[in-house]
Amino acid sequence: MIAIINGKRRKLDVHPMKRLLDVLREDCGLTGTKEGCGEGECGACTVLVDGVAVDSCLVPAAQADGCAIVTIEGVARARSGRALQDAFVKLGGAQCGICTPGMIVAALPLKAGASLDEIKTALAGNLCRCTGYLSIFRSVQAGLRPSREALRPTRKTRVKGKRANAR
Amino acid sequence: MLADDPTLTPIAGCTDVLVGLHFGTLDKRRFIDLWPLDDLRGIRLVQDKPKGLSPHARTGGDKPSGLSIRIGALATFTDIIKSALVQRRVPMLVAAAREVGGAQIQNRGTLGGNIANASPAGDTLPVLSAANARIVLRSASGERVVPFNDFYTGYRTSVRQPSELIAAIEIPPIDGRQWWRKVGTRRAQAISKVMMAGVRGPEVRVAIGSVAPTVLHASAAAAVLSRGGSIADAQAALRSEIAPIDDIRSTGDYRRQVAENLLAVFWKETR
Repeated sequence: MIAIINGKRRKLDVHPMKRLLDVLREDCGLTGTKEGCGEGECGACTVLVDGVAVDSCLVPAAQADGCAIVTIEGVARARSGRALQDAFVKLGGAQCGICTPGMIVAALPLKAGASLDEIKTALAGNLCRCTGYLSIFRSVQAGLRPSREALRPTRKTRVKGKRANAR
Repeated sequence: MLADDPTLTPIAGCTDVLVGLHFGTLDKRRFIDLWPLDDLRGIRLVQDKPKGLSPHARTGGDKPSGLSIRIGALATFTDIIKSALVQRRVPMLVAAAREVGGAQIQNRGTLGGNIANASPAGDTLPVLSAANARIVLRSASGERVVPFNDFYTGYRTSVRQPSELIAAIEIPPIDGRQWWRKVGTRRAQAISKVMMAGVRGPEVRVAIGSVAPTVLHASAAAAVLSRGGSIADAQAALRSEIAPIDDIRSTGDYRRQVAENLLAVFWKETR
């Protein structure tokens, strides 16, 4: 298969039914994309194929042929992706981190200024076992805001953040 | 190719196939990839039963009479959710498509795949049943149209021949209020425990998923409601039609109770 992976053209000799997830991790060394469930439930392996969020565990290599693929490693190439990553770092969007690459990639196709409902719909296919959804939604909201102001944690978000993570 | 080699399995969005392949529950090893066939992807209006008429598919305006909506088998759930045509004519299908997995699955899974996979828990199947949809099957020798409610012959079996592909789904105009409800473990992602689609018009139609080996067109219960019978009578009729089983997702008793409750909710909410 030939694909543009994070902007780089790659020619790979793989079985056509090999999962894109395994192609990325094993053949490309891009281990930022995680395997959670392997059956399309958890979204940890989310990547963009031609700009569309998909579970890479459910895409055979043959169907990624000729496509442009973006993984978590390629997210920071665009300013919007960098803003999302920064927001996750600053607002505690990552706890154990396994779901984070999928969360960030799944949030990428969202428009700047997306509503909380739109964010929840876009991330409905991503599970977080640390139950950090509130911090994740907050991070995505902030990351999608064009202004960098939003990334400075205010007193309110700090307090809320703590409560959201309390057990 | 399909006619020459019956061991080939057509694949599209792969949201079921790759799971089976990865976990070793699928015995198929040879596949034919339909995904690039953009021809099977469009959603448009077609003349209802074009008998010798030249197809004025897009010239007749969008009146409910005479025009069916034709959804290509490769249309994804996202395509269906975004389609103004489906939103206007078959809102219950949009509602069902929204509850298939999350965005990643909706971007990849196809309507044709949902039908071909033939799971009794397929989310769109009760809608297609209640909508009296038709399935367009295509082979090298031509096309034939099968009523959706005659398509399945038993658990995961259908009248589709190995040489045939599901090319499209046609939904005739629906007269009445449409209703859809899915009961699962959580809103997104979960595989259904029970789901019901209903149409309340001059003729009442009800279809239920996950309560029988295939999706079930609950004609007895619907007939009771059509002739103005009580909801209790309709529930009793429903009880005799369905055969839910105990499995990892739920129990038969629970499903029977939920199916009866859903029938009552359908009737109340479409009043």
